[in-house]
Amino acid sequence: MDISSPFSVRFALPKGRFLAPTSELLQGGGVAFDEYTSKTRQYRVASSRFGYLSGKILQEKDISVHVSVGNYDIGICGVDWVRELKSRYPATSLVEISPLPYKEGSVYLATSAYSDLHSIDGVLNSPRTLNVVSEYPNITTRLVAEMRLRRFRVFPVWGAADAYPPESADLVVMWARNERDLIAQGLVPLRKLFDVNAVLVANADSLATKNMSEVLACFDGLLGSPRVSSFRGTEQDVQQPSAALAPWQSREIRMALPDGHQKTPATELLERAGLDVPGYAGRTAERRLLAALDWLAVKVIRPQDMPLQVASGHFDIAVTGQDWLTEHLCAFPGSPVVEMLDLGFGRVRVVAALSEDIPVDTTEDLRDYVASGRIRPLKVASEYTNIADRYLRDNHIGYYKVMPTYGASEAFLPDDADLLVDNTQTGKTLVENRLKIIEVILRSSACLVANVESLKDESKRQKIEQLSALLAGAVE
Amino acid sequence: MTSENVLQHQKCRGMRDLLPSDMVRFRRVETAFREGCVAYGYEEVKPPTIEYLSLFTALGTLTPGMVGRVYSFLDWDGWSGERVVLRPDSTIPVARLYVENLSPRAPVRLSYVTNSFVFEQTGEKTRERWQCGAEFIGGASVVAEVEILQLARDVISRLGFDGANLQMCHAGLLKALIEELELPADEREVLVETVLDGDWKDLFARVRSVGDRKRYLLPLIEVQGRSAGYLENIRSLSSDSGESFKKALDQFIEVATLLDELELEYEIDITAVRTFEYYTGICFQFLSPTGDKIGGGGRYDDLIPQMGGPDLSACGFALYVDQLMGMIKEQAAVGRFVAVVCDESSPQVVRRTLEVAGAIRTVGGAAAVGICRGPEFTEMYRWVVRILPEDLERVEVLDTETNERTVCSIADAVGRLMS
Repeated sequence: MDISSPFSVRFALPKGRFLAPTSELLQGGGVAFDEYTSKTRQYRVASSRFGYLSGKILQEKDISVHVSVGNYDIGICGVDWVRELKSRYPATSLVEISPLPYKEGSVYLATSAYSDLHSIDGVLNSPRTLNVVSEYPNITTRLVAEMRLRRFRVFPVWGAADAYPPESADLVVMWARNERDLIAQGLVPLRKLFDVNAVLVANADSLATKNMSEVLACFDGLLGSPRVSSFRGTEQDVQQPSAALAPWQSREIRMALPDGHQKTPATELLERAGLDVPGYAGRTAERRLLAALDWLAVKVIRPQDMPLQVASGHFDIAVTGQDWLTEHLCAFPGSPVVEMLDLGFGRVRVVAALSEDIPVDTTEDLRDYVASGRIRPLKVASEYTNIADRYLRDNHIGYYKVMPTYGASEAFLPDDADLLVDNTQTGKTLVENRLKIIEVILRSSACLVANVESLKDESKRQKIEQLSALLAGAVE
Repeated sequence: MTSENVLQHQKCRGMRDLLPSDMVRFRRVETAFREGCVAYGYEEVKPPTIEYLSLFTALGTLTPGMVGRVYSFLDWDGWSGERVVLRPDSTIPVARLYVENLSPRAPVRLSYVTNSFVFEQTGEKTRERWQCGAEFIGGASVVAEVEILQLARDVISRLGFDGANLQMCHAGLLKALIEELELPADEREVLVETVLDGDWKDLFARVRSVGDRKRYLLPLIEVQGRSAGYLENIRSLSSDSGESFKKALDQFIEVATLLDELELEYEIDITAVRTFEYYTGICFQFLSPTGDKIGGGGRYDDLIPQMGGPDLSACGFALYVDQLMGMIKEQAAVGRFVAVVCDESSPQVVRRTLEVAGAIRTVGGAAAVGICRGPEFTEMYRWVVRILPEDLERVEVLDTETNERTVCSIADAVGRLMS
């Protein structure tokens, strides 16, 4: 059969945990994405066998979303992200064609080894409102409904979910390689929810209308589930809370410090301020730390999650970015979290950018361009969905859809989205991707935020102000 | 901008526009319901559209299947992690409203006209549903059930539908029946949930498999009874059943006996009636002659105390407005009575036009105004009053039935229209 252009098939390929086995599988099947290897540094790859087949390397979390909206015809990702999408949107156009014969870890419901909830029964009979933290908020919301939890709050997080229990959450729904890994992180697995195997997924419409048989035929004989691993309902020895966590828990002020890119500049700031937090610097994975100040407890989490966590009272203060604070306040304007101090480092601009090929140079141009009907709807990719939404709304952009992304958003333009709302330091990556900035929405740097209620407590306020003064003296 | 570039706006999937002809029927249902409620002493309330999700999960009052289909989201206060919902049901919010505001006053009879929201996957059925509901909180057993059944019937007959069929079941008996199957706890829970979600196949299969040992179960799900005698027959076969089964059956017989006495016809069909998890006793539903469900209700004795209110039993029902509207024949919209028109738009003439319309409205009439409008506007009205620019003290009155035109003073015109 002759398949000629403009016919095209777009394949979304996973980075991270499934990159190596997927690369091996596709080579074995003859899909021939020759550049799709662990060493690749590009987003886009071509098939040397099928001229009409192109691939893009994305976060797994993005793959399920973008295949379902039809930006890609086929994709491979972990079944956890398929379930995360389908738990909330059962009518989605994402079709699971088949599991693939490799898996990596499982998703668990777990609690802290130091929690008073030692079993599923303990969870079900708890009279408290249970806080559940997860990178999978939809799976979690569905799970707690099915378990018939009576009172619960689900806190979505970008990462570091294991750091939350027991102080900042009662339960966590998270991915781990195995139960041993969970236990090593001070957690007790209560239930294994499912194994995370890779799945071949497709867009329903593409499957219904496009002849992708040559590509799908490559998978013939390669499909099938991996062996299911067993779950030994861990009868963990329950440790006494007083033992290990008491020194941390008894401290009056709880502060969140960032992991990832912001860790190095944050470490330098703390050093200049003479604020000693042993164990924070360097590559250690320890998330619960004791500062030299004997009333200060520190936890290391993602800056994205801090405004929500401070608002909820799980932390008194945090070092986050103004971008994430703004993102949070766009969604929840009445949230009890305030900026106390601009810390000066981690400067970025949150910008609106689009392809150099589109004759639009300003936001006003964009409004007219969308109003003229040449783009309808305007597809917007952003890590900051609430900031993007506010920018578009305030500028009267007529008809748009915001798609959440989880990093490397510039990869989505121009094929999958028309406009990007993302942060940039130098603008270099944007130029490399042939994108131009049409508006600087926000200038952001790292900042110290505090919970409003904590500031009303006289004793806490004094200590927070002392910290703030120390840090203020160290801002460059 | 060319017309093809104009954005076509559509209503949200699963939502419904109520047009003037729909609203005439909607108001008929509502009026019949309100009149019935006034006659039976039910006071009207209106709970808010948005409630906390925990209201519905905390008491275990909705099955996971239902919870999975509510419109829930984080609103502007969502930083606390507290989700809110567009109410998926009205009985629970009204029970909350009672406990929060009116308790411990009892008995209390409440009525409401509300919408509720349930996600329906295909988008073909409407996801916003209207209902007229009544709740009788703190009423004595049996008499209360009969009162709400009578009220529901009364409203249905005020609407002119006399052929509605009443089907009855008993939530306690249904739960006891499932207990009689002696399943392991987890299997029993799953079975209860599938039944509550309206799927009966599993229950039938299970009952058949124990048919020999429990002779009283099969006739209960396979035979539709029409009198208290049917339930008495079941009782005579069930001497070795459990206590909760016997107790529920006795309650059911008590209500059925009173309905027999009142010569109210009904059908007992334990597997036809949609029940909710909060129901504890009698449940019922009304079917139109063509078999559409037009209303339902039941007894829920645990809901008020579980919410922290006094230990009061309660029962209630709701009529499904969307279904009832569909049964009412098309009717002309009201209000197109008098058009007051003028053929020029000078301030004096417009002012006089508005004054004449105002005079008609003051004496209780309905008047629409048309400034410089053609026949497409005036032909829809019974009367057309035309302002005469050359003589603002007088008007021309056109009777559109006879085509007779009269010129008279404004006072005479108003008097004639209102006579």
